[in-house]
Amino acid sequence: MSVVTVQVGQCGNQVGQEFFSVLCNDSSNAKDKLYKDCSHERFFREGPSQDLTARAILIDMEPKVINQTIAKAAKSGKWRYGDKAHFCQKQGSGNNWANGFSVHGPKYEEVVRDLVRKEVEQCDRLTGIVTMMSLAGGTGSGMGTYITQCLRDAYPHTSILNHVTWPYNTGEVIVQNYNSVLTLSHLYQFSDAILVHENDAVHKICAQLMNIKHISFNDINKVITHHLGSVLQPVYTASSSHYSRNPIGEFMSSLVNHPEYKLLSIRNIPQMSSTSLAYSVFNWPGLLRHLRQMLIANAGMEEGIDWAVRAQSASKSDRGRPTRELGFNRSLANLLILRGKDVSSAETGGFKDPALYVPWLPVESAISSWSSSVPFNGYEKSATLVSNSQSLLRSLNSTVGKAWNMFASRAYTHQYMKFGISEEDFLDSFTVLEQVISSYSQL
Amino acid sequence: MTQSIVVQVGQCGNQVGCRFWDLALREHAHVNKKGIYDEALSSFFRNVDTRRSDGGAGQITGGKISSLKARAVLVDMEEGVVNEILQGPLRDVFDSTQLITDVSGSGNNWAVGHWTYGSTYRDQIVEQVRRAAEHCDCLQCFFLIHSMGGGTGSGLGTYVLKLLEEEFPEVYRIVTSVYPSAEDDVITSPYNSILAMRALTEHADCVLPVENQSLADIVNKIRHMSHSGKGGSIIKKDSTVISSQGGVSGVEKPFDAMNNIVANLLLNITSSARFEGSLNMDLNEIAMNLVPFPRLHYLVPSLTPLYTLADVNIPTRRLDQMFSDAFSKDHQLIRADPKHSLYLACALMVRGNVQVSDLRRNIERLRPTLPFVSWNQEGWKTGLCSVPPVGHTHALLALANNTCVRPTFTELRERFTKLYRKKAHLHHYLQVEGMEQACFTEALTSLSSLIEEYSQLDATKGVCMPEAPRLNIAT
Repeated sequence: MSVVTVQVGQCGNQVGQEFFSVLCNDSSNAKDKLYKDCSHERFFREGPSQDLTARAILIDMEPKVINQTIAKAAKSGKWRYGDKAHFCQKQGSGNNWANGFSVHGPKYEEVVRDLVRKEVEQCDRLTGIVTMMSLAGGTGSGMGTYITQCLRDAYPHTSILNHVTWPYNTGEVIVQNYNSVLTLSHLYQFSDAILVHENDAVHKICAQLMNIKHISFNDINKVITHHLGSVLQPVYTASSSHYSRNPIGEFMSSLVNHPEYKLLSIRNIPQMSSTSLAYSVFNWPGLLRHLRQMLIANAGMEEGIDWAVRAQSASKSDRGRPTRELGFNRSLANLLILRGKDVSSAETGGFKDPALYVPWLPVESAISSWSSSVPFNGYEKSATLVSNSQSLLRSLNSTVGKAWNMFASRAYTHQYMKFGISEEDFLDSFTVLEQVISSYSQL
Repeated sequence: MTQSIVVQVGQCGNQVGCRFWDLALREHAHVNKKGIYDEALSSFFRNVDTRRSDGGAGQITGGKISSLKARAVLVDMEEGVVNEILQGPLRDVFDSTQLITDVSGSGNNWAVGHWTYGSTYRDQIVEQVRRAAEHCDCLQCFFLIHSMGGGTGSGLGTYVLKLLEEEFPEVYRIVTSVYPSAEDDVITSPYNSILAMRALTEHADCVLPVENQSLADIVNKIRHMSHSGKGGSIIKKDSTVISSQGGVSGVEKPFDAMNNIVANLLLNITSSARFEGSLNMDLNEIAMNLVPFPRLHYLVPSLTPLYTLADVNIPTRRLDQMFSDAFSKDHQLIRADPKHSLYLACALMVRGNVQVSDLRRNIERLRPTLPFVSWNQEGWKTGLCSVPPVGHTHALLALANNTCVRPTFTELRERFTKLYRKKAHLHHYLQVEGMEQACFTEALTSLSSLIEEYSQLDATKGVCMPEAPRLNIAT
């Protein structure tokens, strides 16, 4: 029932460290012993003196971040990383996807496989692998893609969830669009699902909801891992008496019902600074109503939602007209996760409305609902919605468009060719993603 | 962690280099309180036990600092400058084997520097560089420092550049070149510069061009500001950007203030590779992001802030001012106006207590005022390093790949043509063995085609380029 996490690159490692921190805090504070034990067993190895070691592998091509990450974890006093659970080299990938994928990946394949194998062997039963990486850089994106491919080969029956961080629109890295295109197109072939967090969206949450004045990457990562934790901490998935033993597998089957559609977005409510939290009271109907409209209007947070957008059943008159124009975000599948007080009284019927979904899938298979009465991460009530929908269409289209424009001038391509990625490879990647865009557009 | 080796050639190269080592020691001393030889130090220094009988040829890693030796090779064809270094306070930082000198100098003649001394000292130079490289765990980059206008720095410097590419093709070559101003007192500087340009275009990964006139202007501005006591802000005298206070050397020499600026440039560019931060920017990332086409690798540097304000609690306004300043033409290290030319790419390397939101806010603010090429509208490379430079709470280095270098090159070409048409001083060059008329014409052609490449990109400025039609997928 264990999950192994593979953190690749600076972003992957920074997010990963925050992830385990959130999990540990949440489960340590939980009053429900079963919840605590389940969470600990899933994400940590327990030592003889009850010390927790994360079931994680840290990979980076240069040492600074890994050293920092391991130190930060150890400083918490509550959990740490394994002593030999990391691998790093001396010189990074230089933001070059080709370097990460074609050079570092194959070169260090054996070592990485070995590390993962050792960690997996320490699990009673492996139920899933989560990878964490960014799209913009070289190691996370390039080497992370290669590693995912290796993991797919080595563990053909295990679900692999790729968590990726989508860079800010006004770049962090100039070639980020190339790196994103190459990563997504390759991951699409062998990933089970790609769960996306966009830096821009998370930044807005920090600014407007959490009221943080000087937002740091630490703040961004806290929001991201709050979302991830709310999905992966123990829940009851069916009406059974025990916590789900196969959370990632069930996650996949709820959300990815067609191989052409693997891009998942995540929304969570409520989100606010801890000071405001102390004075707030929530009710499930209000939370769920907002969450539903956030989905329909493709809003990332509970402020600034466009309430004018309505769900529209796909009818004959709409055929051929992309639903984007109507402002409505159509879903293929949704997974609702509710945590906290009085969760059994929550009325989730609003999400079963066929108007939200594509007509060619039965509604019953399109919506899944999980719950846990244990409050998560300090929130008395918390609702998360993971969607396989058109949410990411605009960002994807924009990224592919910008990359294509740059490619048309052949700018920077010589840097990729140096490491073995040819124009043909670029064209293949563009083709794959245009197909994905087309598929999602026509929902 | 990677290492870099500094190769300083000629009088200018060595004087700037000296300032660099002085400031580097100061920076690391400031950060490294415990005297442990850590990874950050090892990027530029070896830790050597001079008590050993082999004269410190070995190397100690980890543990306390014993004696630091710079990872450098110093080359000069006259002894004056290097001798001064060896007698000065930095003498212990250099091993006598790292120095390659001759007696008579190159007489401001590129041909002498390149062909005569090049062939004579080739083997020695290769050997010294190789030795320095062998002491490195993972050599990432060569920093070449030289001037363009003279004979040794320009001629021998570019010979060394070619050598480095041949012998160490995998290692990045970042060249800091000091370009002569129009009022340069060396008459043949246009010849030397153009002859050297060809090697820079063909063999360097990145070039950071710096102009003496700009440096002088900046120094004057700082001095003026600190002496006039501008109301509302208290500026520390002897700003650390231009001052070597706290460094090893005591007495300041004439070009020191200007050279300190260039030294700071090098410190800032390597800061993220040496120190930690929330968004690291390694040296190989600089080449990757800022060079869209192999030959267009001339990056205009600008540094802010140039002076230290006495109040430590920097309000957001000041921080934003720092970003604005980086794009003003007063802060560029060459005389150019990037805001009125076309940006191909831009990197912002921030040091100190600055968060990603500050960075984002400023990029969003400045972005509409800066013309970017159509296929790179949001082309920003950003880095956040937590450790600020000594004496500052934060600093910003901007590197722009911008077509504003074109006027600089065009002007240089004009000065060259003026002399070349009259065949002035040409015989001094042609009588050197290995030098031919073809060298001149080829160098000129190389520069002209480079200028042409920049012109073509410039022509797209302001023109609304249609977006490339997307691939059509069969549905």
